[in-house]
Amino acid sequence: MGGKLDDYRAVAPRGSVDFMLRIAERLRGRRIVQVSVSRYGGAADEILNRIVPILNDLGIEAAWEVMLGSAEFEAIVTAVSKGLAGVEQVVTEGMLARLHATCAENARRLPLDADLVIVHDAATLLLVEGRPPAGHWLWRYHGDLSSPQPQLWNALRPFADKYDAAVFSAAKFAAPLSTRRFVIAPSIDPLSERNREMPRGEQSRHLERLGVRMDKPILLQVGPFERLQDPLGVVNAYRLVKKHHDVRLVLAGSPPGPGGVLAETQEAASQDPDVTVLVLPPDPQTELNALERAATIVLQKPLFTDFGADVATAMWKGKPVVGSLAGGIPSQIVSKVTGYTVETVEGAAFRVRHLLSNPELIGRMGAAGREHVRRNFLITRHLGDYLALLAHLTG
Amino acid sequence: MPAAEHFVFQGCVQVRELLPHEAHDARELLEEIRRVPAESIFCHTSGLLVHRPPEPDAYPNDFALWADIELRDRRLTERLAAIDPFRLGSIEGVRAELVSTLEHHLQQLSAAPSRGGEPFRFLQYHLVPVPTGHEAGTLREFRDALTGADASTLFFHIIEARYRLGRGRGDFAEWVDTVLGRHELAERLSRIDPYAGTLERVRERHLIALNRALEEEGGA
Repeated sequence: MGGKLDDYRAVAPRGSVDFMLRIAERLRGRRIVQVSVSRYGGAADEILNRIVPILNDLGIEAAWEVMLGSAEFEAIVTAVSKGLAGVEQVVTEGMLARLHATCAENARRLPLDADLVIVHDAATLLLVEGRPPAGHWLWRYHGDLSSPQPQLWNALRPFADKYDAAVFSAAKFAAPLSTRRFVIAPSIDPLSERNREMPRGEQSRHLERLGVRMDKPILLQVGPFERLQDPLGVVNAYRLVKKHHDVRLVLAGSPPGPGGVLAETQEAASQDPDVTVLVLPPDPQTELNALERAATIVLQKPLFTDFGADVATAMWKGKPVVGSLAGGIPSQIVSKVTGYTVETVEGAAFRVRHLLSNPELIGRMGAAGREHVRRNFLITRHLGDYLALLAHLTG
Repeated sequence: MPAAEHFVFQGCVQVRELLPHEAHDARELLEEIRRVPAESIFCHTSGLLVHRPPEPDAYPNDFALWADIELRDRRLTERLAAIDPFRLGSIEGVRAELVSTLEHHLQQLSAAPSRGGEPFRFLQYHLVPVPTGHEAGTLREFRDALTGADASTLFFHIIEARYRLGRGRGDFAEWVDTVLGRHELAERLSRIDPYAGTLERVRERHLIALNRALEEEGGA
């Protein structure tokens, strides 16, 4: 669990918690409603679980409402989300009509009268049809909307334009819209289970349970075993490094969906006792915390991703990150300061070798990364951005 | 001392708005720089200090960073990085220097300008001032308040005041001079280069100057 605002004083930048209280004073008594399609499992849900209680702690009336829908609706949500992310889907007129009807039912059911209504992600987009006359409405899209499936986007864009503004995680993720567009980067919660401080003894117990030995430097990539995460590319980078340095590689992620590359990755790992493939249990926050703390260098080399906040979580633990240029990764890594951005397997191997050959750099870049995250990617900054937007829109 | 002469520390938060302006090469960058609102030029140059990364050799503006990463044009990068809002003193001055630099660069090109992988996307800041609750009537109170205030306070009173609101030397130097009558200290504060690093480094340099002044007047 995350904490109350006061708990963040020890980790947030100097003066920032008091500053947050001051911003909130300006906005006390205002009401914010956040709406998402589920309470667990999505990019929006993780951050809402933390931000909503803190907003209330600040004296701003904050509520979090969740859409209700049938099993058929859930399938539509998945198809629409994938389609907007640019993965070709079959979304029929009938499916869009069902989406429309579900949003209309929820708009009638949910208490959406507020100074600011923030509607998260694709499936909730059509709620705007039922918006009351008062209040400002924001559409918060957490993924990459730069190349959506054209016909699907043509059908949905008119609804996005009915919001007072849209909010994207990075400028490069934004689609052209007639309405105003704002940029708010995602954040990590330093007090969450994934990021909290973990005593060495506890860390060792988790690693032992996972079968990860700490007798050699560890290279770690976290991510599902899917082709777009390029775990095989990471194995190849490791092999190039292994010619010069005695290291271990740990690939840790959730079980893949259809078309995953778990079997291929396990096959590649089976030939090398220093490669460990870990299929993690659901919600593996504790395990990831232990693994990231055990890592010497973290790799994050997907071919396609959204913001990729796994980079920030690793940096928060003082690890240099070698990452690809996909999604929001380059906006988190300050290349040559907190790690390196690379375009190829060879580039990743070269940078990892360079770090292993210059261990003082590992410590220096790790420390710079933690500070970079402290100032730019903690939940306190995120909260401040929301409060600023509320103040800007509502005067 | 009357309350009107107290220094009231304001912090600020920025809302970043994405504008419908993009550039794919140096020529388009020039066209858009001529066209975008002044707040956007501010956001990509002086405003950058809010989120400036910790390395000392970070580019001082987003245009230079883009020319390096996306256009991979070293000459243009170096020329854009040399543009110094501290010396130019106003956003329109910065815009004119950017235009002149890009025009000169394009004139010297023998081929069409190369296109970047990612376009330059223009943003603008909307600044929301926030009272910090810190006030100072003496130099010592001023030093103490500056020590604990949110870093955005430095942005508001130095960068925003100086480059967007056109308040000459910045609010700190102005108050130290006109209210406390400390002309030499004001001069020292106004000479601190805000582009020398992060806001925390700017704070440190102010605190060094203030501590020295307090020591000179007898005990910090």
